[in-house]
Amino acid sequence: MTDAPLLRLSDVHVRLTGSHILQGVDLSVRRGGVTALLGRNGAGKTTTVKAVLGLVPCTGTIEFAGASGRIERIDGRRTHEIVRRGIGYAPEDREVFAGLTVAENLALAERRNSAHHHDRVFELFPELKQRSRQLAGTLSGGQQQMVAIARLLLNDNQLLLIDEPTKGLAPLLVAEVADVLARAAEEVTILLVEQNLTVVQRMAQDAVVVDQGRVAWSGPAGDLLADADRTRELLGVATSGGGGRL
Amino acid sequence: MTTLVLLTITGLGLAALYFLVASGLSLIFGLMDVLNFAHGAFLTIGAYGTWWAAGNLPGAGESGWGFVLAVVFGVAVGTLVAALIELLLIRPLYQRHIEQVLVTVGLSLALVALVRAVWGADPRPFPRPGWARGTTSILGANVPNDRFLLIVSAVVVLVAVLAFLRFTRVGLIIRAGVENRTMVTALGIDVRKAFTLVFAIGGAFAALAGALGGIYLGSISPGQGTSLLIFAFIVVVIGGMSSITGTAAAAVLVGLVQQFANYYAASGVGDLSVVLLLAVVLLARPSGLRARLA
Amino acid sequence: MREQAFDRTGRLRRLAPLVVLVVLALLPYSTLSLPGLFEGVLNSPGTLQLLALCLVFGGVALSFDLLFGFTGLLSFGHALYFAAGTYGANLLLTELGWGLGAAVAVTTMAGVVLALLVGSVALRVTGIAFSMVTLATAQAGSIIVLQDPSGLTGGEEGLAVARAPIPDALIGVFNTANKYWLALAYLVLVYAVVTWVTGSRAGRVWQAIRENERRVEVLGLRPYRFKLLVFVLAGLLATLGGIVHLLLLGGSTPRVTTADFTIGLLVMVVLGGAGSRWGAVLGGVLYTYLDSRLTGLASSAAIQDLPAWLRVPLSEPLFILGTLFILVVLFVPGGIAGLVERLGARRRDRRPEIDGPPPGRAVERLRDEVGAGVGAGLGTPRRPDGA
Repeated sequence: MTDAPLLRLSDVHVRLTGSHILQGVDLSVRRGGVTALLGRNGAGKTTTVKAVLGLVPCTGTIEFAGASGRIERIDGRRTHEIVRRGIGYAPEDREVFAGLTVAENLALAERRNSAHHHDRVFELFPELKQRSRQLAGTLSGGQQQMVAIARLLLNDNQLLLIDEPTKGLAPLLVAEVADVLARAAEEVTILLVEQNLTVVQRMAQDAVVVDQGRVAWSGPAGDLLADADRTRELLGVATSGGGGRL
Repeated sequence: MTTLVLLTITGLGLAALYFLVASGLSLIFGLMDVLNFAHGAFLTIGAYGTWWAAGNLPGAGESGWGFVLAVVFGVAVGTLVAALIELLLIRPLYQRHIEQVLVTVGLSLALVALVRAVWGADPRPFPRPGWARGTTSILGANVPNDRFLLIVSAVVVLVAVLAFLRFTRVGLIIRAGVENRTMVTALGIDVRKAFTLVFAIGGAFAALAGALGGIYLGSISPGQGTSLLIFAFIVVVIGGMSSITGTAAAAVLVGLVQQFANYYAASGVGDLSVVLLLAVVLLARPSGLRARLA
Repeated sequence: MREQAFDRTGRLRRLAPLVVLVVLALLPYSTLSLPGLFEGVLNSPGTLQLLALCLVFGGVALSFDLLFGFTGLLSFGHALYFAAGTYGANLLLTELGWGLGAAVAVTTMAGVVLALLVGSVALRVTGIAFSMVTLATAQAGSIIVLQDPSGLTGGEEGLAVARAPIPDALIGVFNTANKYWLALAYLVLVYAVVTWVTGSRAGRVWQAIRENERRVEVLGLRPYRFKLLVFVLAGLLATLGGIVHLLLLGGSTPRVTTADFTIGLLVMVVLGGAGSRWGAVLGGVLYTYLDSRLTGLASSAAIQDLPAWLRVPLSEPLFILGTLFILVVLFVPGGIAGLVERLGARRRDRRPEIDGPPPGRAVERLRDEVGAGVGAGLGTPRRPDGA
């Protein structure tokens, strides 16, 4: 049971306004830990995440093992139904509701079929408690990212899909976000889209590289980052000692 | 002075009517990106529903509580029709906004034609309860009471909508949905339920506007809703497309401008000034049309 | 082998409009009787008048399709330009006693200027806001006509046109055939112009705008100018339609100024098939025919004998047309033209083909045309993963 994947995509295609963005993605995410989803800009990382959530129309098979452990197809279902199976999503641009207060943002995220762990959230982000009556649109980028992550951790989830959580953050905040996600990863599986290879190196056990709408490489994250030539070939960056920002 | 008072209160009464129609339109547009052309038909249905109930529904009548019951019936019919339309005709076209607008255009033709087929094209006298027929003296002006009825109803609706949006979970979902519908669904919320609700609320307000408009004008005809709808559209645009308070302010502005210009210039000039007002607003802030809901 | 087959259907496609044109041009010589479809024989004045109306609205619907179907601009104010045509020419002929040629020329120019003015304001906004502004401006026109300023427009009564400045050949019941040919000539003109412009570079830009306006901007083109161009052209064609309508009816009616008139055009185009030339024309013809015939049908014995719950709704043409319209939007995407294409495609067992590039490809094709200087990176700016 333990080696059955939590999430599996088989031959997933996405076409949007004439462009063939995903051209047969096959990948699986095993239960526990962090799987990094890597690739150059425009490779199809975000689209892969959106396809899992049903936010873009796709063909192919997407299977997910919910809380019951039974594998079910989730492709073709509506987004809210997919999410209710225990998938949390933090999009690339955070997408907190600017016109709602922090407290309202969190209240909105409370899912009906789950317990709500406000204590856990406020323990991780004490700042959000102080600012709970502030409009989310007036928060800094880092604080907005905290709200976005808090929305994930509020509910009981099986899988978190997190798209570039450190994008545009100051180095100190990058470390803080990575700390929080590392703690979260002790309890829940994370599929992490990330450009910052230092973060990847610190957190991810597995890595999947997409290139031009297909999976170009997958395996242990350590193997990928240890091989500078391969990293450069797949991600288009030179890794000096396995780290560095793209 | 008496003319001024009378014009102001009548303008506010007209504004109340516009607000009742436009508030539903702007809620629907804000949440669903659908410009609801069938909204005028909801108004017509509310007016004819009330009129029919006053004459035929047991317990209902043309005055007192019987008339209140008739209005409740008219509003209920408008609400029901609006909710059914959302469920059966708008929902299957999920995410296809142009087609959704087209369906409401078709409905605006078909529903009004149906009312005309059943009750004829000629205006029908609308019951006016005794109190609404009287006048109240304010600063020397004898103001017909139906104006106050319109204004009070609109204020009650405004306060109720704001409280609903502010203090209920569904209101929270609607406010969030106006801002970012996709993210609401990505939080595990079935936003389509809010769509149906918003349509029903819009239908209720429009139907209420139909009944109150009937009292105000003294008669109803099938095409009434459609002619009011165009001004309601203008109110929605001036008010910022999806803001309830903005819609209320725009309704007051449009109602007063129309009333005063029609009186002091010439009949028809008021209507034209409203169109001009729209052009000015658009030229002044072409990009500021999409404001937040509040 | 296959290419030859394509060639043949291609030639047929090109020949079909010509055949239709010849048949239509010869209609006034036919004494064929089509009971049920028309009341009199084909060349009776009543039938010819109805057919002429159908042809005019086929042309006006096509001018609206230029905006809605080809460019994706949902205007709710197209009535304004049609009304400008009929009332403008009517005033010049009746009030000022101008000759027909001068009246037509000046009215046409006025229509262009009006479209230019409204378009330059309305096109500053996009989407639904654009629809609202066009709706409001057309409403202004309607209010003015109904207010009957200085008794010029005749208000609700409408305005009969003076006969003196109009050539005798276009006056009276006996000359209905001439008016019919005039209507046909108008339709042919609109069809030819639309065919020409949609095939031109501007036409390809319009299609790309309909598909994805932001990507057209990325290609370094200014969508505003192209949209204004199509707005003015469609306004011009509608103005001409209004003038022909005036000559056909011998007067102007305020009904053509209302939002309902534009909504009628929208129904025509969607019924026939938005983005298809012959579809829009067919939609205009069918709508006009049904609107006229259904009124007569309502008082016919067949309907009067029905039970009340059927008879009452069926007595209203707009109820039937509105319902039909909703059904088409829900179940027949692409209208009649789309349906025919799908049936044809099934028979030929190949992918459906519409006028122009397949959906989602117009921007790509335009990019290839704009060509040099546009890097590959610019081609996919809206990809969700894009930088």
